[in-house]
Amino acid sequence: MAAPRSFLWTRRIFLTLLTGFVLLPLYVMVSSSLKALEDVSGKFEWIPSGLTLRPYVDIWETVPLADYFLNSLAVAGAATVFSVVVAIFAAYAVSRYDFRGKRVFTVTVLSTQMFPGILFLLPLFLIYVNIGNATGLALFGSREGLILTYLTFSLPFSIWMLTGYFDSIPRELDEAAKVDGCGPVGALFRVIVPAALPGIVAVAVYAFMTAWGEVLFASVMTNDTTRTLAVGLQGYASQNDVYWNQVMAASLVVSVPVVAGFLLLQRYLVAGLTAGAVK
Amino acid sequence: MTQTAVTQRSERAVRKAGPGAAPAQRRSGRRRIALPYLLLLPALLLELLVHLVPMVMGIGMSFKELTQFFIRDWSSAPWAGLDNYRVAIDFDAPVGQALLKSFFTTCLFTLASVALCWLLGTAAAVFLQENFRGRGFLRTLFLVPYALPVYAAVITWAFMFQRDNGLINHVLHDQLGIGDSPAFWLIGDNSFWALLTVSVWKGWPFAFLTVMAGLQNIPRDMYEAAALDGAGVWKQIRHITLPSLRQVNQVLVLVLFLWTFNDFNTPFVLFGKAAPEAADLISLHIYQSSFLTWNFGTGSAMSVLLLVFLLLVTGVYLLLTTRGRKASDA
Repeated sequence: MAAPRSFLWTRRIFLTLLTGFVLLPLYVMVSSSLKALEDVSGKFEWIPSGLTLRPYVDIWETVPLADYFLNSLAVAGAATVFSVVVAIFAAYAVSRYDFRGKRVFTVTVLSTQMFPGILFLLPLFLIYVNIGNATGLALFGSREGLILTYLTFSLPFSIWMLTGYFDSIPRELDEAAKVDGCGPVGALFRVIVPAALPGIVAVAVYAFMTAWGEVLFASVMTNDTTRTLAVGLQGYASQNDVYWNQVMAASLVVSVPVVAGFLLLQRYLVAGLTAGAVK
Repeated sequence: MTQTAVTQRSERAVRKAGPGAAPAQRRSGRRRIALPYLLLLPALLLELLVHLVPMVMGIGMSFKELTQFFIRDWSSAPWAGLDNYRVAIDFDAPVGQALLKSFFTTCLFTLASVALCWLLGTAAAVFLQENFRGRGFLRTLFLVPYALPVYAAVITWAFMFQRDNGLINHVLHDQLGIGDSPAFWLIGDNSFWALLTVSVWKGWPFAFLTVMAGLQNIPRDMYEAAALDGAGVWKQIRHITLPSLRQVNQVLVLVLFLWTFNDFNTPFVLFGKAAPEAADLISLHIYQSSFLTWNFGTGSAMSVLLLVFLLLVTGVYLLLTTRGRKASDA
């Protein structure tokens, strides 16, 4: 099919503009992270007058970035592992069994996703504070509290996407496993989970991204020692000055792991979205 | 896309499981019937703990006089009846007035953001449908704003919007000579446009991803048949591509609407705890009314009102779109 010139030109112009729009902040992030503080404090320069790696050294000193990094890693990692495991069981039940209340379950779980986060924030804040007062259990401000909160955010999506993956695995495989003497749970772990591994990986990446990027709960439910990157990055602003070169360097450092992971595994995520959303 | 799509899927699963699953269950007896519930138990408990209980509590809190004196023991807070709601929707008083203004700002902002995200995402997906050199690279690049952590992306935009050392003013004022003096972007009326730009930048790739997935389901021979009939590329886009995307678009627009309307992260990172009036989105507004004044009762009432509004809009939207679908099927 030969496309007419009008189409080719529109496409060329549109895609060029869009690429510029997407690249602009990425360019600012990279170029500013390599500038000295005097350079980012003055007029913006498209071409930096001098390059320095200094900001990448200083970011660890100005704020305890390594601690925030570890906190984010622990919270996002634990939330991911738990939500994937819980979702595997739930998705297996939804995909392979017909039971009373199934529709209510799926609709309820999914509709919680459309509610504003602020609706859950105020009560959860009070629940955590009150549990702490009553039992001495430090949920508020602790990593555990944040993990608990986060793992349910990715749970609905994980259950939905895994159900789709499980649906696409032929039931003959389950039957074969049963003939070989596996129970239902044995079949799940020996047959379904290995066959759905790409989907499980994609769900894990999504869950990790969600937790790594969350701001609202992190800003309320953390304290000095449990602060995550989402909140910690604001520490580069002092009373009088913002160390923009360090902010950009730190942003880049905390983004690289998730962006790389996402781009490597996006094929699975896209495939999962396609399978579930469009058919 | 997630929630509606899932509903669709669960319907499919229910249909699928219907006749086939019944005999299997009869064979297997009580243990089998208990098993799905056991498998669901962890998910159920967690949902109960983190979503359902807080939601019920939030509704309860909205009927209480929950000021900072009662944070330590919220159940002892005095009953307020409908007072919190009265304060929230008393549009002659400052609190109600500010809430109403924030609501309208959010509506306008959401409409603009969803429209632009949809437009950019659809155009990009359609233009990248055919293979050409550089297609793979662009597809990957366009997903980067989606993958980037929100705060890292928004903080970069905040830097670009700085009055004295940001890129935006450097280009607009210094290089293009617009305006007598560099504009403020993060305070005052311009902040609405700054917020919209950031929201579209990180929101459109999701539309792109979804539409791209939808395009894969359009059979190739429809295009071939149209080409044989003499329809050019533009005609094919208008008469095949766009109509085929209708169902995908219905889900996409709803999800974009809900996410944008509820967005807290973007204004919070861009402006800090208090947004300028022109860009005072409702989530941040409620957060601010709750945590800066420590009045959780009114904050909860506002949250519940927001929830009711979203439920209404979603309900009407689903009703309209499914009715339209039935009519077109007939």
